[in-house]
Amino acid sequence: MQFFRDVANIAIKYYPDLLRGVGFTLLISLISTVIGLIIGLLAGIIRTAPESKNRFIKTLQRIINIIIAAYVEIFRGTPMMVQAMVIYWGYAFATDGVTLPLVPAGIFIVSINTGAYMAEIVRGGIISIDKGQFEGAAAIGMTHWQTMFHVVIPQVLRNILPSVSNEFVINIKDTSVLNVIGVTELYYFAGIIKRQNFQTFQTYFVVCILYFIMTYTITRLLRLFEKKLAGKDTYVIFGSQTAPEAEIHIDKGGAVPND
Amino acid sequence: MTERNNSHSGPVIELRNLRKRFGDHEVLLDINLSVNRGEVVTIIGSSGSGKSTMLRCINLLETPTSGEILYNGKNIQTEIDSLYRYRARVGMVFQQFNLFNNMTALENCVIGQVKVLKRSRDEARAIAMEYLDKVGMKQFINAKPAQLSGGQKQRVAIARSLSMSPEVMLFDEPTSALDPEMVGEVLSVMKSLAQSGLTMLVVTHEMSFARDVSDRVVFMDKGVIEEDNTPEVIFNHPEKERTREFLARVLGK
Repeated sequence: MQFFRDVANIAIKYYPDLLRGVGFTLLISLISTVIGLIIGLLAGIIRTAPESKNRFIKTLQRIINIIIAAYVEIFRGTPMMVQAMVIYWGYAFATDGVTLPLVPAGIFIVSINTGAYMAEIVRGGIISIDKGQFEGAAAIGMTHWQTMFHVVIPQVLRNILPSVSNEFVINIKDTSVLNVIGVTELYYFAGIIKRQNFQTFQTYFVVCILYFIMTYTITRLLRLFEKKLAGKDTYVIFGSQTAPEAEIHIDKGGAVPND
Repeated sequence: MTERNNSHSGPVIELRNLRKRFGDHEVLLDINLSVNRGEVVTIIGSSGSGKSTMLRCINLLETPTSGEILYNGKNIQTEIDSLYRYRARVGMVFQQFNLFNNMTALENCVIGQVKVLKRSRDEARAIAMEYLDKVGMKQFINAKPAQLSGGQKQRVAIARSLSMSPEVMLFDEPTSALDPEMVGEVLSVMKSLAQSGLTMLVVTHEMSFARDVSDRVVFMDKGVIEEDNTPEVIFNHPEKERTREFLARVLGK
């Protein structure tokens, strides 16, 4: 079995490069997913804010909403590989040849791309929250920002977690397009290795397995996290006959500031 | 009820020529109503008569099309400093409870006190515990809304409102979404609140509550207040034909 021997040889000979590639791929996709989520949350909160009565703020709100809508449409409507080229070389063009540092550039590109998708995911998440949650908060005098921060967003995050996990997995795979600007992620190293050993199939087979291990592990981990967040359906009464000692717990919970 | 403003001697809440239109649909036509301190006013009438909309206008969950809403003599749309502060003074209990799903019963009662009233967390916790105990939910302080029954949720919602030390409480059909066997527990909490001297406006289909607990009963029909009188008069010898018809229907006489 020459094939398996080749694969093993690649793994043994090039493992430092492959691991570096895996590292950068994970780093870029993780940071970009988090930044993308933050962009999405901000965009979602701004877009669902009620219109101000102040005419100046109202106009400002409308302009910002148009900008966000344009941002979402443009970044969802063009390939990330092309965006990478346009942003990287656009910057070089504008600065007369100064190029961006590669990894930050990669993070920037994947982040704003993810942000465009997250904006829609978050908007959907906010819309799906029961109107009663907003009214309950309004009725005790909470502002839009307080309502969002303390009541709505925590529920939205829980609801959109599967979609966010999905974006993370997509990012792990899609960072491969960053090789067009020379970011040293996994796919980039595959190209280097292939040019040294001329074993194109064997090399990309190894890379394929590495991508799958990454996505599969991440998916499982996030699934576990989702389950943990879901919590229990039932509640054990404190001070009930089955748990009499729990009565003490109430007094503690009531008097001690535990946060 | 510790920070009560006693400088104003007139009605706590007063509605003047209140109108509300949703598109072409006139929901409230010229509502005039005043509620005095400590009064318990029940609002009855068939669905679509505008009862809930009127209540929701009072804390501006709905914006009136025209007319004035006065709180201690001040127009709430033009003369008060902060809508948020005002809403904290006027509590509301909803048909669908509207507890915050991401928080425990205790946190539900604490968050508003800390964020809106700027009370310390310790003080807020102590106050929340007091009211959760009062509504009989002390054992469930760490339960999430999803783990509670409808009646329990509504009692927590009442405790949440009370924790804000409101001057007035609005109840928007608080028992309509409950299973029949849970109506009693919520009504008895409301009854004890009424006896404690809290100013209450209650939209309800519970005629026994209207008759036995309230000081005044307001009958609404098609966006107007048809009759506004003591429960004695409304239930025993109503002046208007419409009131008679409505009561005959709901009481099955």
